[in-house]
Amino acid sequence: MAMRYIGKPLKRKEDPRLIQGLGHYVDDLQLAGMHYTGFVRSPHAHARIRSIDTSKARTAAGVVLVLTGADLQGAIGPVPCAAQLPDMKLALRPVLAHDRVRFVGEPVALVVATERYAARDATDLVEVDYEPLTPVVNPEKALEKGCTVLHEQYSDNIAYRWELEGGDLAKAFKAADKVIRQRLVNQRLIPVAMEPRGVVADYKPGEKQLTVWSSTQIPHLLRTQLAVMLGVPESSVHVITPEVGGGFGSKLNVYPEEALVGYLAMRLGQPVKWIESRRENFLCTIHGRDQIDDVEVAVKRDGTVLGLRCKVIADLGAYYQLLTPLIPTLTGLMICGCYKIPAVRMEITGVFTNKMATDAYRGAGRPEATYIIERMMDLVAAELKKDPAEVRRKNFPQPKDFPYATPTGVTYDSANYQKSLELALRNSNYKRLRQEQAKLRRQGRYIGIGLSTYVEICAMGPSSAMPAGGWESATVRVEPTGKVNILTGSSPHGQGQETSFAQIGADVLGLEPDDINVVHGDTARVPYGIGTFGSRATAVGGTAVYKSLVKLRDKLAQIAGHLMGEAPQKLVFRQKRIISKATKKSIAFGEAVGAAYVAKTLPPGLEPGLDATTFFEPSNFTFPFGVHVCVVEVDADTGDVKLQKYVAVDDCGNVLNPLLVDGQVHGGIVQAVGQALLEEAVYDEHGQLITGELMDYAIPRAADIPWLETSRTVTPSPVNPLGLKGVGEAGTIGATPALLNAVVDALAPFGVRHLDMPVKRERVWQLMRKGRRAK
Amino acid sequence: MAVEIQVRVNGKTHDSRVEPRLLLVHYLRDVLGLTGTHIGCETSLCGACTVLLDGKAVKSCTVLAVQADGSEVTTIEGLAAQAPGNGAKGGLHPVQEGFWEKHGLQCGYCTPGMILTSVQLLEDNPDPSEAEIRRALAGNLCRCTGYQHIIEAVRYAAKKMSKGKR
Ligand code: FES
Ligand code: FES
Repeated sequence: MAMRYIGKPLKRKEDPRLIQGLGHYVDDLQLAGMHYTGFVRSPHAHARIRSIDTSKARTAAGVVLVLTGADLQGAIGPVPCAAQLPDMKLALRPVLAHDRVRFVGEPVALVVATERYAARDATDLVEVDYEPLTPVVNPEKALEKGCTVLHEQYSDNIAYRWELEGGDLAKAFKAADKVIRQRLVNQRLIPVAMEPRGVVADYKPGEKQLTVWSSTQIPHLLRTQLAVMLGVPESSVHVITPEVGGGFGSKLNVYPEEALVGYLAMRLGQPVKWIESRRENFLCTIHGRDQIDDVEVAVKRDGTVLGLRCKVIADLGAYYQLLTPLIPTLTGLMICGCYKIPAVRMEITGVFTNKMATDAYRGAGRPEATYIIERMMDLVAAELKKDPAEVRRKNFPQPKDFPYATPTGVTYDSANYQKSLELALRNSNYKRLRQEQAKLRRQGRYIGIGLSTYVEICAMGPSSAMPAGGWESATVRVEPTGKVNILTGSSPHGQGQETSFAQIGADVLGLEPDDINVVHGDTARVPYGIGTFGSRATAVGGTAVYKSLVKLRDKLAQIAGHLMGEAPQKLVFRQKRIISKATKKSIAFGEAVGAAYVAKTLPPGLEPGLDATTFFEPSNFTFPFGVHVCVVEVDADTGDVKLQKYVAVDDCGNVLNPLLVDGQVHGGIVQAVGQALLEEAVYDEHGQLITGELMDYAIPRAADIPWLETSRTVTPSPVNPLGLKGVGEAGTIGATPALLNAVVDALAPFGVRHLDMPVKRERVWQLMRKGRRAK
Repeated sequence: MAVEIQVRVNGKTHDSRVEPRLLLVHYLRDVLGLTGTHIGCETSLCGACTVLLDGKAVKSCTVLAVQADGSEVTTIEGLAAQAPGNGAKGGLHPVQEGFWEKHGLQCGYCTPGMILTSVQLLEDNPDPSEAEIRRALAGNLCRCTGYQHIIEAVRYAAKKMSKGKR
């Protein structure tokens, strides 16, 4: 295969429609007779519902239907959770609460009206009488004896306990010269995709077909779950994912509103639309992270890490969403980072609190792992008075050690951590930065240099390790006119696979990317697929595409060989022709395609038609890695932290389109800046989300970010034929610890060894004051 | 109690009867069917709904349709036609072109607002520095791109537009 397009920075095929306002997101759909629904949501974190009076709402202008949780008893199944852990307590969430509410924003009733504004108005007319109960907000207090219990069928708020141990931990801690301890808090975050969620549903009673348009990352899984929740045959449900305005994991889920809007369309026989407000998006779309990690590492004086122990309290919120319980366990799998740590133990306690559920938010469990190990490596370096780079180097496995099995039970596919570290140190001029830092300190200016060497687990994943299948599908169909449709089970929402998959197609079939159309996100057109999350669309979905393309190319070679009197193995596909390497004879690509459909000149025994499907099952995850270096300056008078320089070296294996990879890396790093310096979902002691709007929850703006200097090393993955690893989450995984390490480094002269995220000005200022006084 | 308004949108005059509380963004999207203008917050904080109102970038979720009475609105759908030399024959505005060339968008949701804010910036300041671009985009949030390719897109457009003037 000549690589004319793979690896090239092609402009995106999806852009012309998006830059002209011609794309269609859910809210852009207009159907005749559209009705609108709005939800009445609990203002209490924890309360019993005494009664609901819907009489005023029912008679309001434009209102056609008002329903409460009680009205829907038994009509719609609970919100699904695909994750299963041993001894996990069930916490089934009804689509509308009927006797008790367990977080602010939980829906208790809904209104359907003929107009958007009328639906919103009428939700205010529903009167709910609540009996407030004690809210459980702090996850540590939730574990105390005598604490109010969220799910009354249980005796406590523990959702599950999960343990993982590998290697001889007792020996490691006995042999240690030093044990370094730290409590690390990975704060709760809100994903904030710029497009809130939205659902439109339409039901055709004659055909018994329910069509649901939803802003989701998982159209097929959603279809299956909707069929189960609504009690209708899956063949009667059709899910379409139009343009999706960002997901970051927040749309890797099945939400009550999706089932409810589908139900309403069936019940009313009218199309129904629901568009989430930003306030609802903060309250009722999944949150991310939220762990308290108590960590201990056993080290030798030379910096060798012998063992690590980590106790995690994971705040899961009030109920499980699709993968809620599973996410903290990913922290366990990746806790060793890119170091040879012979012995580890993880103990995770999942806790119910009166908050929205946590679930997969960009990185999902791995940013937490990387933050833990990378902060600890810096603490080790500080304690042993060594350079952070040196301590890291000391503990890396060698390139010859790969595939490398960790004591947590995963096997890293391929890497060269040394190489990316050296490149990052060179690109950032690390030595000079250290000299500069020393000089500035003498002038009373405080810059900090932060380093993070990360490894992530991507290309989710082998089905044996996934809750709902880890394979991906692709069908490639060459139409009689010679144009190609790639139907992928992945569901891109900004990642650009309409372009990168067309690049694969063009190279395999010797065509142009414009000859290839990529179709996704429509369960009636595309074979069953798993979806886009866990940095899997390229490495797993792209491999399925590649395999189907190869099957089709081989079939076309047989057809062309027969027409040309040449051996099919000797044919190459180039510039829209099929060419014999031996005789240079050739025929047009379209001629072989025509022969496949006219079917008069096919080799004996060959089926007509040109359609190939693959369900690709990966043999392992992939493990991209990299090194990030950044510089911050802390203002000695105000405590303000300014990010000055950012250097990233990432290795995501082979690259299909470097432009897209850069975009993913930039976006991820900036989200990490959000976690490190700005963002925090704060619930007060009453369980009210007080950072419940963009006004109070600061996501990074353009002016918060310096120029990001990105580069790459390339270590192909042996797990798939194209050597791809995945890059969608690298930024949020690699960058957060680099940023915190830089801030702590800047504050080292003030005796600071740690501070929690997000780094707040007033906290920095206090620490500096305290440090000055102590001097 | 509906109110009569007349608004010129992308060069076409519309006479409509609207509720006084109808937001301009809902007027554009739901009444006129111009869904290229997006809604990300409805509270003036994200910039997804940015349009040009009498040539100035405004957040159309914070303008009432009745306030646009007698005004001229340009949305993303009508931008290309305004670019010098484009006219009816289509093509892209240089800022749109920049976003395409430099991969200035991923999910595309913030993009129409980003583009229209950038158009206004380049009108005020045809050769903005990186810092000036970052400051000008302070009211437009993007969760996907990390902004860097957007900066490059604006620079691309600045260069192209200054050439066009010479
Ligand atoms: S929708 Fe208008 S600023 Fe967000
Ligand atoms: S491209 Fe997705 S929000 Fe900007």
